[in-house]
Amino acid sequence: MKAKHQRLVLVLLALVAVLGASGLALSALKDQAAFFYAPGDVARDGLPLGKHVRLGGMVEKGSIARQADGVSIAFVVTDGVAKVPVRFRGVVPDLFKEDSGVVAEGQFQSDGSFVADNLLAKHDEKYMPPQVAGAMHETKSLEP
Amino acid sequence: MIAEAGLAALWFAAALALLQLVLAAMGVRATRAPAEAGAQAPEDGARDSWTPAFAGERGVADQLLAAVRPVAVVQGALAVLAMGLLIALFLRSDMSVLLVAQNSHTAKPWLYKFAGAWGNHEGSMLLWVTILGAAGAAVALLEKRLPPATLIATLGAQAAIALGFYAFLLFSSNPFARLLPAPADGNGLNPLLQDPGLAFHPPTLYAGYVGLSVAFSFAVGAMVTRDVGPAFARAMRPWVLGAWIFLTLGITAGSYWAYYELGWGGWWFWDPVENASLMPWLAATALLHSVTVLATRDGLRAWTVMLAVVAFSMSMVGTFLVRSGVLTSVHAFALDPTRGEFILALLTLYIGGALALFALRVGTIRAGATFEPVSREGALVINNLLLSVILAVVLIGTLYPIVAAGMGVQLSVGAPFFDKTAGPIALALVAVMAAGPLIRWRRDRAGAVARRVAVPGIVTVAVLGIVLVAVPGIRVLPLLGLGFAAGLAVASVAPLWGRALGRTPLFTWGMVIAHLGIAVSLAGMACDSAFTKETLVAARVGEPHRVGPFSVTLEGIRPVVGDNWSALEAKLVARRGEGAPFVLRPQSRFFSAPPTVTSESAIATRLDGQLYTVLGQADDQGRWQLRLWWKPFVTLIWLGGALIALGGLLSLLGRLVREGRVARREEEA
Repeated sequence: MKAKHQRLVLVLLALVAVLGASGLALSALKDQAAFFYAPGDVARDGLPLGKHVRLGGMVEKGSIARQADGVSIAFVVTDGVAKVPVRFRGVVPDLFKEDSGVVAEGQFQSDGSFVADNLLAKHDEKYMPPQVAGAMHETKSLEP
Repeated sequence: MIAEAGLAALWFAAALALLQLVLAAMGVRATRAPAEAGAQAPEDGARDSWTPAFAGERGVADQLLAAVRPVAVVQGALAVLAMGLLIALFLRSDMSVLLVAQNSHTAKPWLYKFAGAWGNHEGSMLLWVTILGAAGAAVALLEKRLPPATLIATLGAQAAIALGFYAFLLFSSNPFARLLPAPADGNGLNPLLQDPGLAFHPPTLYAGYVGLSVAFSFAVGAMVTRDVGPAFARAMRPWVLGAWIFLTLGITAGSYWAYYELGWGGWWFWDPVENASLMPWLAATALLHSVTVLATRDGLRAWTVMLAVVAFSMSMVGTFLVRSGVLTSVHAFALDPTRGEFILALLTLYIGGALALFALRVGTIRAGATFEPVSREGALVINNLLLSVILAVVLIGTLYPIVAAGMGVQLSVGAPFFDKTAGPIALALVAVMAAGPLIRWRRDRAGAVARRVAVPGIVTVAVLGIVLVAVPGIRVLPLLGLGFAAGLAVASVAPLWGRALGRTPLFTWGMVIAHLGIAVSLAGMACDSAFTKETLVAARVGEPHRVGPFSVTLEGIRPVVGDNWSALEAKLVARRGEGAPFVLRPQSRFFSAPPTVTSESAIATRLDGQLYTVLGQADDQGRWQLRLWWKPFVTLIWLGGALIALGGLLSLLGRLVREGRVARREEEA
């Protein structure tokens, strides 16, 4: 094989590989990207069932209820427009508390509730997940 | 005065970087005319080093080089001095300096005052620039093999990068700004960062990140003087290896730090910031292999230069992601859009400039040697393609949420995406990695290669079969991970087979150990993902709970006090079967400056894995939440990382020894 031809073949191979990867990545993104919802979005647009998503908002005051097993909790996430009941089994983040921002990762159930497999709360007094900040900025009513 | 001295050192360093750039530009001009003549001359063979066409200009180049070298060294020394002065300010808790007041506290242990110097935006950027300056100084001091004209251009490129980042520090992130009147105490450091890991992880990672700038500058230098060939590759290889070793260590250390500090039991989260360190590593790994093809077989010339540009570009993309505030994480200290724009502008300038130079010069980089499909270099090409593909996937997954946010869609891309896309490609890469070292350079027969990979192949299939029977219901990725790890382990030591071990070159040992490290790490990942046992309970005092082969009993909770925190500490007594009991003490720590609660996990390491315990909150019935994991062989992940870095080190030493010997022999001859 001549040098020129080999070069061409290599360039084509590289192109095909990277394009293939990009295609693979973009198609996987459709299924695997976790979209972010605020309770108001769900009330307006319907439940995104069967998908792993993030739900963000404020933990409603007085809504945190510990379950009898000692490791599960239930609480309500609100964005001032709508409310979603959330169940979670696990150790809650250190700064998870009522009247404070939270992002729950998990799935919506057909009854409109949300089962979380992970909770993200504020890291410290200053830090707030940008998506919580964003969601609250949109609704204004909960501007801290 | 210390702060003013530090600022002055930075300004001087910036001025010297400018001088270095100007001198280098003069050097390039002085040598350009004959270089062009040389490139057009119909000489045959690779123009590896200094050709007769340059000989007439050698004097000018040497003179300018003699001027550029000390400038680069002093510039680096001044940057190191500035960093030292900032550390001194933190150690003295000089609260009249804004950065110290905002990020330190008088009551902090000295180690975190010291390491806290880079636990913030300005300080970490100063560390970045310091390593950049030091890397440039090291090139000026140590690089003897590069032809003078190329070395001048290389130091010029290094100065151009340094200049931009000095400007960034001085105009938008001055670490030495004063705060008057000075507060008494300071705000303190994010408690998640108050860990010995802070002293080790950022400097190592940065040494790798920024060390890649040397590869970038070498590539730019070689493109300017049209000097891409095996000699260039041999000169660049140690620098690439050095940066890659630090990068490997930094990523490994960061992974272990996140594992024990965050208390989530995970060792890699596909967090954008982690990806930001993985992407340069992938590019540098590809570069490491392609530079070997260039050095040994004079192939992949343009590709190697391209990869050198891409590798440092990924470092800068990572810096942009982490430092611009587009991401919020424990790494992102600053939320200031002007800084992000500044870094983005630098990024565009350097990457765009290098790519433009590449586009202009790619035509003059003559095609190197061709090669057979079944050959070592053929396998290395596939290695490079697969690494590039993984890099593309990680880059897309990391940038997509940022692009989507720009279009008003909020989403996150996490482990499910990366596992599904990068996972299978990585396994294919492992297969190539197992076969590659067993294939000869130049040309090999497919039948012979098949015989050599037969044993690792059989081991893989056997392990797959055994695991499938022994662990019913195991998921596909961990299953394949275990099988491929076993096959790779066998294949990676195979090159030693039948060799006199004492006379095997160090760099062959390096390759063997680094590849073995990948197998060890992969086995650890697969074991962690397949066999981890987790127990989440609300435990009463005295009540035993099972996790894996262990029984864990909460014996009591007591308050403890540290230098700048107070904590609730659980006393857990764990026992494996009838073995001797041992104690673990996980804590829930409260820091007052800034007010934060963190979980300090307690981990017991055994030969076959780790018992990982986290203390949660109490409920109203006096029970305490405990999260317990038994993670078999999880330690292999980081042991593998350390082996990979060790392999890199042996390889580096082996190359230096071998090439030193060759150079001496040439001198004698």
